[in-house]
Amino acid sequence: MNASGNLVALHTIVRREIMRIMRIWTQTLIPPAITMTLYFVIFGKLIGSRIGTIEGGFTYMQYIVPGLVMMSIITNSYGNISSSFFGAKFSRAVEEMLVSPMPNWVILLGYVTGAVARGVAVGALVLVIALFFTHLQVVHPLITFASVLLGATIFSLAGFVNAVYAKKFDDIALVPTFVLTPLTYLGGVFYSVNMLSEPWQSISRVNPILYMVNAFRFGVLGVSDVQIGVAFGVMLLFVVGLSAIALHLLKRGIGLRS
Amino acid sequence: MPTQPSFSAPALVVDNLRKTYGNGVEALKGISLTVQPGDFFALLGPNGAGKSTLIGILSSLVNATGGDAQVFGVSVNKQRGKAMQLIGLVPQEINFNQFEKPFDICVNEAGFYGIPRKIAVERAEKYLKELRLWDKAQHQARMLSGGMKRRLMIARAMMNEPKLLILDEPTAGVDIEIRRSMWQFVSDINAAGTTVILTTHYLEEAEQLCRNIAIIDRGTIVENTTMKRLLSTLDVETFVFDVSNVPGELPSLPGVTLRRVDDHTMEAEMSRAHDLNSLFTALSAHGITVTSMRNKTNRLEELFVRLVEQGRNEQDRNEKAAEKAA
Repeated sequence: MNASGNLVALHTIVRREIMRIMRIWTQTLIPPAITMTLYFVIFGKLIGSRIGTIEGGFTYMQYIVPGLVMMSIITNSYGNISSSFFGAKFSRAVEEMLVSPMPNWVILLGYVTGAVARGVAVGALVLVIALFFTHLQVVHPLITFASVLLGATIFSLAGFVNAVYAKKFDDIALVPTFVLTPLTYLGGVFYSVNMLSEPWQSISRVNPILYMVNAFRFGVLGVSDVQIGVAFGVMLLFVVGLSAIALHLLKRGIGLRS
Repeated sequence: MPTQPSFSAPALVVDNLRKTYGNGVEALKGISLTVQPGDFFALLGPNGAGKSTLIGILSSLVNATGGDAQVFGVSVNKQRGKAMQLIGLVPQEINFNQFEKPFDICVNEAGFYGIPRKIAVERAEKYLKELRLWDKAQHQARMLSGGMKRRLMIARAMMNEPKLLILDEPTAGVDIEIRRSMWQFVSDINAAGTTVILTTHYLEEAEQLCRNIAIIDRGTIVENTTMKRLLSTLDVETFVFDVSNVPGELPSLPGVTLRRVDDHTMEAEMSRAHDLNSLFTALSAHGITVTSMRNKTNRLEELFVRLVEQGRNEQDRNEKAAEKAA
């Protein structure tokens, strides 16, 4: 297909994904908003008021908002693509795309864009809710925006790989439960890793979510546990690596073609 | 070197195509066949013969183990995207998102082929109307009946206005009225120039619609010829006679084998060269009055069963000979 044909195909997948998100908005947009509101009330207001200030004089509520926003972005990007692509695989609707002349990269980019869109939408919603609880001023808008895009892209790609390998719906729930959630909680959402003693501080630095949360926190608050250049380097590395894996899976047809 | 499709080239050339699945099942054992442009081609075979594997390879859902296929001169292996532009596929299993609307399913399908939305919308309306689905265009697809879902898959396959339309058992489980309307639609598409490949278990369907035929069994082609030539090889026909009364002992007539079915029905198996007039005269002379008659089975069905049995016997003989030689 030529460039304009690829663009039409890409637009078709993205449009379909966004329509899906909007069609089932009570499952895609509302639950994360409710969950995060509870986090703000319990951790931010009730417990946070007894903690005092943290890392550069921010209230605990201010400190956890970037982490919670990033947590919503990555879990929703991941959840969107894994359930949508696996759903298409399960219903065999994925064959509509596989028998078409669309190149694999268009399929991947279309699904990733849809998942990033949901991640960003949920992130924006959570940020707006956060403003009811605390005052925030974005210090570095470009860094904030770039870290959101990269974080959402990384977990969209990871969710895609998970969906390709998944054989049943349980398989797409395993990774979020046993990998994503622990890594998120241990990724400096609720605390600064500088508060940890060794070897836990060094172990924490292996967690990729730490770099995403801190890049976003640096964008919003101007403070970070890691160097911002290193954080973006790690994120770019993940984007490239996971894209290569996803494209390889599509090319070989693993889990998709016989 | 990229090849452009040539519409004077065969619509499909299958060249020594092989497929062995991971579990060791050899679904295709090096089959070759050619389908000419504009043809209405029947691909028949019993369940598990390899038909769907062949269609899977042509539509790139199955990776071939060896060999290649060319669609209007474009290699499916080497130029998958270009080859897929030329194909429309109606699969055996329902494979659309049941929560989407037929209109969206069709428009999205066109989008996957790079067709701009304006044209896609026009085509969706055209084909949904032609397949009598327009009044259901905005309902969720899961609400459609089985026959409607089958027609929706045909409408969807037409969205890229393919040069080669592959129908994998499109009328399975569809009532006769809808089946006939689907035949009419596909015949019209074929008359307008689209090459059609049809697999079906309704052999009457293949006999009525198709000009050329290949019969596949156990991953090999056991027959590949014109429908006319194949049917002309059938030298025996069986007629069912409804008669006033079937005598206790059936007469012995030269060239005809008579069988009693019940008190008022009998069958006559006879050579196609045998004339019916002399048979009626002979029956009348034995006091048997024929009130009505019909063909016992579809002619193609008889040939199909015979060819598949012959092919299997030959394969078994070859395998035994190979075992002995080893």
